[in-house]
Amino acid sequence: MEVVTSFKPLLALSVSAIAALLILLTGERRRNLREGWTFAAALVKFFIVVSMIPAVLDGKVIECSLVQLFPGVSLQFRVDAFGLFFATLASFLWMATSAYSIGYMRGLRSHAQTRFFFCFAFALHGALGIAFAGNLFTLFIFYEILTVSTFPLVAHKETGEAISGGRKYLAYLLSGAALVIFSMGVTYSLTGTLDFKSGGFLQGHGSDGLLRVLFAAFILGFGTKAALMPLHEWLPTAMVAPTPVSALLHAVAVVKAGVFCVLRVILYVFGPDLLSGLHLGIVLASFASLTVLLSGMLALAQDNLKRRLAFSTINNLAIIILGASLLSPSAITGGIFHIAAHGFMKITLFFAAGAIYVKTHLEKVSELDGIGKSMPITMASFAVAALGIAGIPPMAGFISKWYLCLGSLEAGQIVFLFVLLGSALLDIAYFGPIIYHSFFKKPVGRQHCGLDEASLWMVIPIAACAALSILFGIFPNAFVHFFDIASLVAKSALGTN
Amino acid sequence: MISSPFPVLIIVVPLISAFLIVIAGLIKKSLCYPLMILSLSASVLSSLAILNDVLSHGTVHYRLGGWPPPWGIEYVIDHLNAFVALIVSAISLLIGISAKRMVERDFPGKSAYVYCLFVLQVTGLLGIVVTGDVFNLYVFLEIASIAGYALIAIGEDGAPFASFNYMIYGTIGACFYLLGVGYLYIVTGSLNMADLSKLLPGLQSSKVVLMAFAFLMVGIAVKMALFPLHVWLPDAYTYAPSPVSALVAPLTTKVGAYVMIRILLTVFPPSFFIETVPAALLLRWLGGFAVLFGCIFALAQTDFKRMLGYVLIAEIGYIALGIGFGNRNGLTGSILHILNDGLMMASLFLIVGAITYKGGPRKMARFTGLHGKMPLTMAAFVVSALSVVGIPPTCGFFSKWYLVLGGIDSKQWLFVAVLLASSLLNAILFFRVIEKAYFEPSMDEQGVDRKALNPTGGQQNILSNKVKIDEAPLTILIPILIMAAGVLSVGLLSGRIVSGIIRFAIPAHF
Repeated sequence: MEVVTSFKPLLALSVSAIAALLILLTGERRRNLREGWTFAAALVKFFIVVSMIPAVLDGKVIECSLVQLFPGVSLQFRVDAFGLFFATLASFLWMATSAYSIGYMRGLRSHAQTRFFFCFAFALHGALGIAFAGNLFTLFIFYEILTVSTFPLVAHKETGEAISGGRKYLAYLLSGAALVIFSMGVTYSLTGTLDFKSGGFLQGHGSDGLLRVLFAAFILGFGTKAALMPLHEWLPTAMVAPTPVSALLHAVAVVKAGVFCVLRVILYVFGPDLLSGLHLGIVLASFASLTVLLSGMLALAQDNLKRRLAFSTINNLAIIILGASLLSPSAITGGIFHIAAHGFMKITLFFAAGAIYVKTHLEKVSELDGIGKSMPITMASFAVAALGIAGIPPMAGFISKWYLCLGSLEAGQIVFLFVLLGSALLDIAYFGPIIYHSFFKKPVGRQHCGLDEASLWMVIPIAACAALSILFGIFPNAFVHFFDIASLVAKSALGTN
Repeated sequence: MISSPFPVLIIVVPLISAFLIVIAGLIKKSLCYPLMILSLSASVLSSLAILNDVLSHGTVHYRLGGWPPPWGIEYVIDHLNAFVALIVSAISLLIGISAKRMVERDFPGKSAYVYCLFVLQVTGLLGIVVTGDVFNLYVFLEIASIAGYALIAIGEDGAPFASFNYMIYGTIGACFYLLGVGYLYIVTGSLNMADLSKLLPGLQSSKVVLMAFAFLMVGIAVKMALFPLHVWLPDAYTYAPSPVSALVAPLTTKVGAYVMIRILLTVFPPSFFIETVPAALLLRWLGGFAVLFGCIFALAQTDFKRMLGYVLIAEIGYIALGIGFGNRNGLTGSILHILNDGLMMASLFLIVGAITYKGGPRKMARFTGLHGKMPLTMAAFVVSALSVVGIPPTCGFFSKWYLVLGGIDSKQWLFVAVLLASSLLNAILFFRVIEKAYFEPSMDEQGVDRKALNPTGGQQNILSNKVKIDEAPLTILIPILIMAAGVLSVGLLSGRIVSGIIRFAIPAHF
């Protein structure tokens, strides 16, 4: 594999750190300039990330080593297909979210907007660091940056509920991080290295029992961020955060970072061969399946729209992990593609929920009767994304579900095919009523006054993300080659290229 | 053998200037502060020069009066004490710079004496670090301690009592240490560390040596405030004047830790504390208890400075734990933690100083809205706090990482769990304060929630507050910011520090 040395990865992630500092220095008085920094950083970041795609599709790896931290481990960035996939997704959606958050925060006349945008930019810094990290240690540094920078965003409202949500968030994630430190330490003392390697680097080290414990510690550690049940409780609580946070961080950057880390461990630390040798793939797949089904059922019971979306997120994150743990090429491809597909669809759903909240201050599913009449674009986008999540063509969700189903057959595990189909039915069950009620029921107790959409800052990102969800369903390789990159990851991880 | 004048300059310059400061104070008050800064800077430069010598040529020796050891006193500087000397001198310089405004306001007319004691204290600490003679070490230990008792006693209301308490504990500790030295002298006839390390391996089974070891360890444990001999610490550091607690708190305990490492690794053969006597086992357990006890007691505090005192006890526990693991990674963690903890504790204690200097609260419940009033100080606070919690990329994470590795290498799973759990306890401790300072609305003098009265926003409350708090003067703020920057950068540079300095400070066979 050809290695290219370049500062691009470092540049891509420091753009948002620099932007964060500029945001802080600019402050509330010149807020247009402040938001300008966010936009500039989002655009620059996206273009730097995209500029690395051709090289990576050619099978190259872009590397950038900074300082050695201890023998065998440096602060190192290494852009491979998988990292680039996540980075592309995060920076792509940051552009949409930047526009949306301006509309949202100003629409609500929110306080402490400087802190909000500062932390947001810093969280993106963390997310890209995770994507580009070349070893577990670098990954963990940015993992913690992401955790800490998101805390002020969860507690943003400064109400008792928000602060206790923030506390819960920290308690879960820092405990998970402690387990990760432990697992990293054991891995390092077994192998003397922490560098990711396609196909894993733990093979041949340690006893089977120790490796099983280690795997459990890794999955529990990173699984808190990926909201794997029973470690998911922080996510619905964190929905108290402003909607842009829920949309980008709690549907894409943070939780997907957790999933990303889990997949890194599965594919690049342990490796498919070792996992199937230890029969751990099937154990993780069963665990993920339980999460899939339970979270789908729990979502049915939520009346708060954002909480319902949160459980749907938990459901989809587990589907991705399920795909990867099946360890068959199509399942991994489908799982990884679902990271992006779900990202675009879920962000649309959250955006829509936020737009409804800004316009009407409604948060409950049961109050949304007839809202589709006054906010047709928002609700149409919502419907598109919701059906996409359920895996209905031509939305992007169909592609990933299709490959996941193929993958479960490839792996010879037909049970998981039924899990996937069951979860699709559950998706319809909890999204269907919202779509039906908002379009076909008469509003109750609220006089209805024609078209009343949120500001264009919000509507355009919503419609754009919905359109992209359809586009990626028809052309999965549009613009940024999501599908090619995903299948490249699957091939290289399984060593079949 | 390389000999160099710097080992002695590091001590002599501050020692002489301590007395010059008093004389200068009689002539012209304004001379004292520059004199202090000058002498502390001289120490920093000498330590830099020594570190440079050590890095390029290896161990540096200096014979006082030209007497050859083991008869004369010899200053011996290797990688370990060159490293600690630089930490001690650099942090004391930063604290010294910040002391000006606080000392001149709190002790008008007496600043010369305070500066004199301050410099004496630094002299004592540096002396402990550079000397290669166990009795000479005792002398410096007492210089540092006595200056410390005096400095603490000039603090607020409870201070004389706390200082008296500290003095009793400290004196007992010093006595134990001296007894240990005496026993060693009886069996070996030598006080020189290098000489002792040659003589002791043959005497390991001697009961006298065992007693000496026990006395030395207990004495040092009192000085470094290792649980359960920490009782003097919280009171002493809570009531001491701010610049004093910022100087004494991070450094005295760290220098104590250095002495422990020096005695265990250099004076006695390293196998002694691991195999011959169960000292490593004891250190692990005491360290583990110290970590948990410190964190849990810190949780119960309402006074921020007092909480830091208990956090410090936990931090000492980390160092003891690392030594107790008795392997390369554990010791690396401990030595690195001397630097990291020195930086973050100095920074935190100075931040308390800055807040109280501006008339701000010390009770954590009243920290509400501080971030609007002292944005830079609070930013530095967040950085240092994250470092105590052990969040990368701050330096605290890296020493914790080495400690965890040390625990895993020696298969001490229980203590690995203690280390990880303590991070979570620290997280509760500090995020509690961060929450107060950043997320809760500002309260006015009566404790009335202004936001409830005036819901339009935060900006006005801050302006209309009766006690107007803003950033501390630059002489205080700049040292705080330098230390916060240190906390941020030392972590990523820790690879260099470990491979360049600490690696050589640990005996090769580990």
